[in-house]
Amino acid sequence: MEIKSNVKNFSFYRRKTSNIIMLTFSLLAALVTLIPLIFIFYYTISKGITYLNLNFFTKLPTPVGESGGGMVNAIVGTLILIAIGGGIGIPVGIFTGTYLSEFGHNKFGSIVRFLTDVLSGIPSIVVGVVAYTLVVVPMKHFSALAGGVALAILMIPTITRTTEEMIKLVPQSYREAGLALGIPKWKTTLLIVLKTAWKGIATGILLGLSRAAGETAPLLFTALDNRFWSTNVFQPIASLTVYIYQYASAPYKDWNDQAWTAALVLIILISLLSLIFRIITRSKYKTTN
Amino acid sequence: MEVIEKTKTENITKTESMIHQPIKISVQNLSAYFGKSQVLKNISIDIPEKKVLAIIGPSGCGKSTFLRSINRMHEVARGTITGKIIFDGEDVMKVDPVYLRRKIGMVFQKPNPFPTMSVFNNVVAGLKLNGFRNRKALKEIVEKTLKQAALWDEVKDMLNKSGANLSGGQQQRLCIARTIAINPEVILMDEPASALDPISTAKIEELIFELKKDYTIIIVTHNMQQAARVSDYTAFFYMGELIEFSDTKKMFTAPVKKQTEDYITGRFG
Repeated sequence: MEIKSNVKNFSFYRRKTSNIIMLTFSLLAALVTLIPLIFIFYYTISKGITYLNLNFFTKLPTPVGESGGGMVNAIVGTLILIAIGGGIGIPVGIFTGTYLSEFGHNKFGSIVRFLTDVLSGIPSIVVGVVAYTLVVVPMKHFSALAGGVALAILMIPTITRTTEEMIKLVPQSYREAGLALGIPKWKTTLLIVLKTAWKGIATGILLGLSRAAGETAPLLFTALDNRFWSTNVFQPIASLTVYIYQYASAPYKDWNDQAWTAALVLIILISLLSLIFRIITRSKYKTTN
Repeated sequence: MEVIEKTKTENITKTESMIHQPIKISVQNLSAYFGKSQVLKNISIDIPEKKVLAIIGPSGCGKSTFLRSINRMHEVARGTITGKIIFDGEDVMKVDPVYLRRKIGMVFQKPNPFPTMSVFNNVVAGLKLNGFRNRKALKEIVEKTLKQAALWDEVKDMLNKSGANLSGGQQQRLCIARTIAINPEVILMDEPASALDPISTAKIEELIFELKKDYTIIIVTHNMQQAARVSDYTAFFYMGELIEFSDTKKMFTAPVKKQTEDYITGRFG
């Protein structure tokens, strides 16, 4: 009896101590994760707020030495680049993901799945060089289109894999219900399965778009940069990320400050995008289960 | 372990009372396989029109596979069959499965209304997704089918709410409404009440009783009392074989085979 209670006490304290140690470690790790995020917000807001005014959203950049000016061309440029990238990348990603999940249980499917994983690991600068060779060289000049293609290539793996995973989560019983109603397989897949998985797929799209919006390297070879107002997709176009890169490395104080503002605007833009997406994809029905 | 007497299945495809009944589906020497394993062995059975056939038997005896092969849903699970299933004079394997499934509807074990659709759209899903868009006609169909499925009074004020908000029993009746909305001739039911409480089960059973006036119904069930209550004919499957097929009354009062008797009286299975 005595021995038993001793063993019990020993293991009890041991358990309690290790519990406290593990909890402390997890808590510390969580705090460490938060630190960079806090710093990012602190610096971009405190430094970027100086130039965050109406001019920034309405005026073109001014030449060196001249104060004022804004980055309206870069804001619109970034939106155009994301739109082109999304326009190509979202449908390709969704259909590839759908194929992999619904029809890709064969050798071809596993090859595609593997290559998609490889693609997601390729550095974005390499993708930029590829888009340069594919689009810029044949067209003989830099263009927003080339930038969009580069961003699309970067989005596709994220969207494909999320779509596949989300569609896999749709219970088989919905597919069977659709087929048993005499609805052809393609319609069942598109109008029942994809619709059911839509919320998760939208999250994947958002991740892809956000990642693309934050890319700089692939744009340096493709969309290049433009100091002037342009919405022509066949011409070089300005983007916030490239401006951040240029302004932050320039030897002028006001440019450096504007780089912070551009960073802040980029973060706001991505947050807005996320918010709009959440509202659009909000389910019409509250499901109880 | 109990030794079960091995009886060779004689091809009793008709029961005594069926001689003058019109036959809706004739199953001839049906065998079904998943990969290399055989799950149905040489089943022959005639299914009369506008009657209820109950299929009973222990788990894994091939009941569901039998049911699914009638509207070719076995293909969805990559099954293959040999033999023939004749539906209205046509071999089902030669009919386009999409067309076949509009004639032979199916209700599943777990209620599965489409979660992204309203009650209204769930009922007419089969019509709408196949391009039928006449709003007025759809409204009439929804009311008519929901009344047929004994669900109209409970949901008439929430047609635009999600089907997932209904109770389990209501969801299952919604699935039945969805099935009859496309106007099939046969309804296959795969343990339609096994996930429901007794009251909902009773409602489904009443509904089956009403539905057999218009439809031929084949129901798989684990519940012996249910088979006895709702069906006109009963088939007992065991290990992929059809052991006995007769009038329900006869099956439950004087089964011919010892295996049937053992199963019905609860001695195994």
